[in-house]
Amino acid sequence: MVMVYGFEHIYKQAHKKKKLKAGKMTINFLGKTLKNPMVLASGVLGNNRDILQRVYDSGCALVTMKSIGPFPRDGHNNPTVIDLGHGMINAVGLPTPGYRNMEEEWKELENRNFPLNASIYGGSVEEFEMVAKFVSLKKPDFIEINISCPNSDQHGMIFGVDEKASFKVVSAVKKVIDVPLIVKLTPQALNIGKIAKACENAGADAICAINTAGPGMIIDIESKMPVLAFKTGGLSGPMIKPVAVRCVYDIFKAVSIPVIGLGGISTGKDAVEIIMAGASLVGIGSAVKSRGIEVFSKVNLELKQWLDAHDCTIDDIKGAAHKKQETRNKKQETRNKKQDTGYRIQDTGYRIQDTGNKK
Amino acid sequence: MTSVKISEKPGKLKPEKFKNRHLMLKILEKQINCPGFATLFFEYNLDFRPGQFIMVWIPGIDEKPYTISHHSKKKFGITIEAKGIFSKKAIGLEKGDLVGIRGPFGTGFDIVPSSFSVAVIAGGCGIAPLATLVEKLDDSTFFIHGARSKEFLLYPGRFKTGRHYCTDDGSKGHKGFVTDLLEKEIQSRKIKNSGKNAEITGNTGNAENTGNAGNAENTGLTVQEGKAGRDQQAEKTVNTGAFDMVYACGPEIMMYRVFQICESNGIPCQVSLERYMRCGFGVCGACVCGDRLVCRDGPVFGSDKLRSMADFNRTALLKSGKAVDMNQFVSWRSR
Repeated sequence: MVMVYGFEHIYKQAHKKKKLKAGKMTINFLGKTLKNPMVLASGVLGNNRDILQRVYDSGCALVTMKSIGPFPRDGHNNPTVIDLGHGMINAVGLPTPGYRNMEEEWKELENRNFPLNASIYGGSVEEFEMVAKFVSLKKPDFIEINISCPNSDQHGMIFGVDEKASFKVVSAVKKVIDVPLIVKLTPQALNIGKIAKACENAGADAICAINTAGPGMIIDIESKMPVLAFKTGGLSGPMIKPVAVRCVYDIFKAVSIPVIGLGGISTGKDAVEIIMAGASLVGIGSAVKSRGIEVFSKVNLELKQWLDAHDCTIDDIKGAAHKKQETRNKKQETRNKKQDTGYRIQDTGYRIQDTGNKK
Repeated sequence: MTSVKISEKPGKLKPEKFKNRHLMLKILEKQINCPGFATLFFEYNLDFRPGQFIMVWIPGIDEKPYTISHHSKKKFGITIEAKGIFSKKAIGLEKGDLVGIRGPFGTGFDIVPSSFSVAVIAGGCGIAPLATLVEKLDDSTFFIHGARSKEFLLYPGRFKTGRHYCTDDGSKGHKGFVTDLLEKEIQSRKIKNSGKNAEITGNTGNAENTGNAGNAENTGLTVQEGKAGRDQQAEKTVNTGAFDMVYACGPEIMMYRVFQICESNGIPCQVSLERYMRCGFGVCGACVCGDRLVCRDGPVFGSDKLRSMADFNRTALLKSGKAVDMNQFVSWRSR
């Protein structure tokens, strides 16, 4: 009897331990404690305080406002967002009331109970500086600079595809703000790792990747017209997930600052995938369409279930894809070296036998 | 029967099957309703519920949300009031022109059983989303329709349900607001119901409900009331029994007044809101009203949601995302 009892006790403890390993999903991100790794992508929903609160309440840990620009801007005419089934194409065109015209919004956000990420954009380094300086005074928890929007002629992407330009704008913004700085990058960059490195050198505290891919175009064959009013638009949703994973992978390899991975994440397994590529936090945008605003808690729960099933924590799997790859590469490299030099080290009998058989 | 719970089931928010891309349709027929109003008809069997809307795209111009005002198995129609650049262009379209349709989107009205006593209040072109609803409701529905003047009272002779008219200039029916008529009707029904031995009125459609108010021993009623009581514990005012449901669509200030009147009488109501829209399926956030997305959570909202929506009849977002008060929004919209 005693033995049985003892066994049960140990089993229960082990079970408890197992449960504890993934534990709470809280994450320390740039000195802020977030309740889980879920982030609301910029440009999605974040139009007023109430909806940000609702997104936070439905399981998102860090909410991002719509990008704030230097001057009032209406954005493009409709159609601006079209669902393609396997993702979306959009050219909303950075609508903003202008950073000076948002006093009421900021007042409402003053006594918020959720971490806030303020996204900003500009047409030049000076404009970025101007907006960043002003927004920083309103004390958001983070500032995200959007140097990657494909949906405007004068704003955004021109910085994100050039190392020097991104270095310039990031270092200029970093000087005028006193909150952590996140830089949002575009997958259009030829070498996103190098851009990320330039941002890190310029003082960025984190990288957010990726913005919409493309730009793409859809044409209505009946009216023979591009559907979007802006003609081209950025792609998002499940169809760009492989691009996002590759970009996060490249960035993680290049920099030591944390990465917010987003682009086509809609399930817990997607989140695991991008975390394995190197993401510290997981952003969600287009999946709000297919799974509702509750998508954040759903993905978080699925992620937690996966972690529980595999008995590991987020830190355990963060960048896991790199580790395996590295070891395999090392083996391959040494093997290649051996072949190059023309002889084999005879330290293990097994290998000699093995090669002998093959010969 | 005291009140009806408009539940927002999570399952209901899921977008239904709809065309992701534009469905290009040729205009089958154009009807000029009155100066500045036209109805475009399309030949297509649309899976649609009253209160839902579609995004209408005129290639090369713009895309705007419109509700469906005429619906049958073979065709559907949208009624357009010429106000801005898009709508002026739209009423200028002719038979055979191509128009792109996305949708339907949104939740639509919760239609109550025919035994309920119902009021429908339409202001101006707010009749458009309510027209298909009225056709589905019982003929005894108390139906008020208000407009600027006689000629703007759309769809004359369309409904079996009798209409109580109301115009700003008094050219037809009551001169004044639709809310005047609603309040008056609620008062008169209250008096009717207040008598302990409420007599079953001659009106067959209302007989069941008006009778129930004073007949607490009615077994059917106790069950119903028990249910309602559980659901409606938070409800402050007890429904006086004038109506079981009020549907309204029109200028937001009118809907707000209707909502207030309903609140003070404990009547649940459903109104259809309007905001500037982009995507139509709840991603872009352009149409937020409080913490609700008008395109996906609405455009029809019940009393329980309206109570917590601080932005109802207060603020709306412009195209740029700037929050402005309702008056400014209305004048911007009709530019």
